[in-house]
Amino acid sequence: MKKPGLGAVFTILLLLSSGFAQSGNVLRFCLRSEPKTFNPLLVEEDSSDTIRYLTGGVLIRVNRDTQKLEPGLATSWKVSKDGRTITFTLRHKLKFSDDTLFSAADVAYTIQQMMDPSLHSPVGDSFRSGDGKTETKILSSEKVAITFPAPIAGLDRLFDQVAIMSAKSPRKEMAVLGPYYIAENKAGSYLVLRRNPNYWKHDASDRPLPYVDTVRLDIQQNRDLELLRFLRGEIDFVNSIDAEYFDKVTTEKPALAHDAGPSLDSEHMWFNQVPSSPIPDYKKAWFRSTSFRRAVSEAINREDLARVAFRGHARPAVGIFSPANQFWFNNKLQPHPFDQKSALSRLQQDGFKMQSGVLRDRAGHEVEFSIITNAGNKYRERMATMIQQDLAGIGMKVNVVTLDFPSLIERITRNFNYEACLLGLVNTDLDPASIMNVWLSSAENHQWNPNQKTPATPWEAEIDRLMKAQASTLNDHKRKQYFDRVQEIAWEQEPFIYLVTKNGLSAVSASIQNARPVVLRPQVFWNIDQLVAEKR
Amino acid sequence: MRRVAQHIATILLTVVLGGLLGATLVRFAPGFGVDEEELDARRSAASIEALRQSNRTESNVLSFYAHYLGGMAHGDLGFSRTLNRPVSELVSDRMPETLKSVGLGLILGWILGLAFAIPVAMSRSWALDLTAGILTGVLLCLPAAVLALLFLLSRAPARLVIALIIFPKVFRYSRNLLVRTAGLPHVLTARAKGLGGLRVFLWHVLPNAGPQLLALAGVSVSLAFAAAIPVEALCDLPGIGQLAWKAALGRDLFLLLNLTMIVTVVTLIANSSADLLARRSAA
Amino acid sequence: MNWPRTLAVGFLLTLALMCGLAAFIAPSGYAHQFRDIPSAPPSHQHWLGTDDLGRDRLSRLLYGTRVSLLLAPGAALLSSLLAAIIGATAGFLGGWIQRVVMAATDLFLSLPWLFLLITVRALMPLNVSPVFSVVITFAMLGCLGWAAAARVVCADARALSNSDFILLARASGASGFRLLRRHLLPNLMPLIFAQFWISIPVFILAEANLGILGLGVAEPLPSWGSLLRELESYSSISSSPWQFAPLLLLIAVVSCFHLVITDRELPA
Repeated sequence: MKKPGLGAVFTILLLLSSGFAQSGNVLRFCLRSEPKTFNPLLVEEDSSDTIRYLTGGVLIRVNRDTQKLEPGLATSWKVSKDGRTITFTLRHKLKFSDDTLFSAADVAYTIQQMMDPSLHSPVGDSFRSGDGKTETKILSSEKVAITFPAPIAGLDRLFDQVAIMSAKSPRKEMAVLGPYYIAENKAGSYLVLRRNPNYWKHDASDRPLPYVDTVRLDIQQNRDLELLRFLRGEIDFVNSIDAEYFDKVTTEKPALAHDAGPSLDSEHMWFNQVPSSPIPDYKKAWFRSTSFRRAVSEAINREDLARVAFRGHARPAVGIFSPANQFWFNNKLQPHPFDQKSALSRLQQDGFKMQSGVLRDRAGHEVEFSIITNAGNKYRERMATMIQQDLAGIGMKVNVVTLDFPSLIERITRNFNYEACLLGLVNTDLDPASIMNVWLSSAENHQWNPNQKTPATPWEAEIDRLMKAQASTLNDHKRKQYFDRVQEIAWEQEPFIYLVTKNGLSAVSASIQNARPVVLRPQVFWNIDQLVAEKR
Repeated sequence: MRRVAQHIATILLTVVLGGLLGATLVRFAPGFGVDEEELDARRSAASIEALRQSNRTESNVLSFYAHYLGGMAHGDLGFSRTLNRPVSELVSDRMPETLKSVGLGLILGWILGLAFAIPVAMSRSWALDLTAGILTGVLLCLPAAVLALLFLLSRAPARLVIALIIFPKVFRYSRNLLVRTAGLPHVLTARAKGLGGLRVFLWHVLPNAGPQLLALAGVSVSLAFAAAIPVEALCDLPGIGQLAWKAALGRDLFLLLNLTMIVTVVTLIANSSADLLARRSAA
Repeated sequence: MNWPRTLAVGFLLTLALMCGLAAFIAPSGYAHQFRDIPSAPPSHQHWLGTDDLGRDRLSRLLYGTRVSLLLAPGAALLSSLLAAIIGATAGFLGGWIQRVVMAATDLFLSLPWLFLLITVRALMPLNVSPVFSVVITFAMLGCLGWAAAARVVCADARALSNSDFILLARASGASGFRLLRRHLLPNLMPLIFAQFWISIPVFILAEANLGILGLGVAEPLPSWGSLLRELESYSSISSSPWQFAPLLLLIAVVSCFHLVITDRELPA
């Protein structure tokens, strides 16, 4: 037998050492708050969602870069013609992190838990398409069919949020199928995640993933501290960074700053159109007038908002979806132009008059209203102050009122004691089915006038019809036609005056390889299993 | 003993009353019972209604408080909505952190305060008084956030910020007390008779200013706890101050109620102890 | 001649005059946004540069000083008076009255008054003027900030009540209110002045912190509090040292108050 030569030994040692270079290393970043839950079905806020993403195994994954679907725990799937049933073929012989075997029974168990009405799972609510029970059928240990009471548009994409739980493991939700499991949790301080030895994914060279052995998540609410720690090299990246901090990173370490372009998130304002709200009737009449809303929209300089409030890291918003939503965005639409002359002309057509620099309505009331926004969010406070000055240009007097978030929520959802509100929308999902509860006039989150028994206006009735149509069709192109029309109506009527679309900003240390920040959440660590961190 | 028993009874009664008043303030503040989760576009009407229903259990203050007191008798301090954990666990996890910060802040704040106030009072140096006055003025004017940031930039322990918040107040009050006491006729007589500075201070100034200084010490405990809230929130120190901030933003009634009662107990114990010590020294 | 004190008085008067004439002195309106030059460094047009919305910092400082220089000492005076009256009366009367009042004071110190502030704000109409809302904020701070000082004043009043000159006054026939007003209160002034002096910056900073909850001054009206909030961000202060101008002015004003009242703090 030939003895291995020195070259072979050297190669083996090199491979082993490169393997070791990619193992025994730690990735560090911060969570903005303590996770409220480790139950993936009850995830609501960002921190718990991060834990779910890092530890949860899902049947189908949305690739955050290409925005396309990829197999996860399921090697393939098929959606029935009626859009009610989805059948998954699962990977063989997978195990949870505690060595419990994974099978179709676990999928069935997860779905049953998720759809349990008493659990009120936010993830489960995305699947609630109609009255009736959700049926799961275990066809074999590696095949399962799930049937919903009514068709669900974009059904397969929704499984990206469903982390499969074990039906049998005594560790319950702590037994996971994702790249990491929770090894240590010091409440209020940090969490340590370690690589899941049973994680199913391998790279092209058949090396088991993830490359990074340990993820340490420090709980850091203070963004100044987070930035400081990043610049000192104490943490490896900042997943979503504000415009000012981004500029700071660009100044000190430009190579570490990443701008992924327009994100899915937008900032918008709306007027209170609730008939029973305790505001004067003449103001309700203003806010219900499309001309009034269009005039306000045209009087706002969105370019300035993007340039000044967001330091240039935003762009004028168009409508419901941003251009980052590649498939669903209606690219025929443009941002409303800044044109105060046109705004005044619209108002005059509606019976408003300028008198000594003050705008008055038909009855002589001075046009004065308040905009509420959440205190502590300096970007919104800035935008509100800039809008105050813009609208002064057409004779409107605007009072900026910042409120703490619970007080603001109470006003916009309970007592409706407000006139205009400026808030932001965080879109985690690309599919318009995810915003049914905003655009249906009967919905809770139809913020300018929620819970309508019948649509208050013909255009809201039309939006209702179109949203229901797109939700019950499986043909994506047909759905896009319906939703394009919804976007057009929203653009014309402006129940939401869309202001700016923020850019997806992040900061990543040079010691991290394979990082490709994108706009979909989680922006930096979406490919956590492929990230490589220098050994510490 | 009788006095001690009186103080204990006062403390118990005040704490119970304080809990009720605190709960009332929180309950009737705007934003109580609302949840940020209601704005989640995924949530169905049924889920939103279930969320609202779960928050309605705390709407009657009196029955909520009676229920809470009953639970407290069995060691159950309630459940935190915002952090999703039992309050007793949260408090026991975080109390040591705050006690460390507050304890250190108080000791250092008093050392610094007296280190400046005593020389000012005894030497009556105008220049020293001016310097100390300006230094304390600067510290009073610096926002806690800026102080915390400066500490973090220089990698100093952030919990020392509490000391710098306490020190100017301790200095100001104790300086005025000691200066006034040092100007009393019997003190001037003692000086005129040739007694040394230290002896004059320990035997004639301190006993007279003692009760007031003890009262100040009691009050400084509650000031330190109040200072802990912004410092812990800004520096991300996992103490009960940070908990209080989160609870306030989330209108977490159980958490706020417990924290109010803790602060009330600590304040009352500190001030009662100061009163008792003052009486004893006067006797 | 006490020249530092004279200088301090002169400085305060000059500042008050400049703020009073802000409409004539300020380079521009405090709300005007020069959007082409946000966060600009100092220049000959904008001596202290511009803020993040392009507003002239010097103008905002002048108008903000007007708000804070009037309201903060007013609130401090209110809290000092309340501390004096409550503490002195309780200490003077002693016995169970003192115990009850001090227990109530301790309770007052412990309650989460933040929620009262939030409630008061909610009760105000949304379209209230920024000036009105900041006056209410400072008034509330004044009404809520007396408790800590009252305790110390009470202890002092108790000690003084047993002193020789009070005994002498009683023996001379003075009693009740006269004793309190003519003999006790003047000797409590050192503590009351201490409370007043401490409260000024404390209330200004409190107004700044309340801004995080929407309880501070409303845009576009500036105050020292809102100007000082800019300093709380690492990303801006490390690159814009001129933002410290409001802080330096606040320190100067507080130091001047210290110099002005120092003599008055010594016993009568």
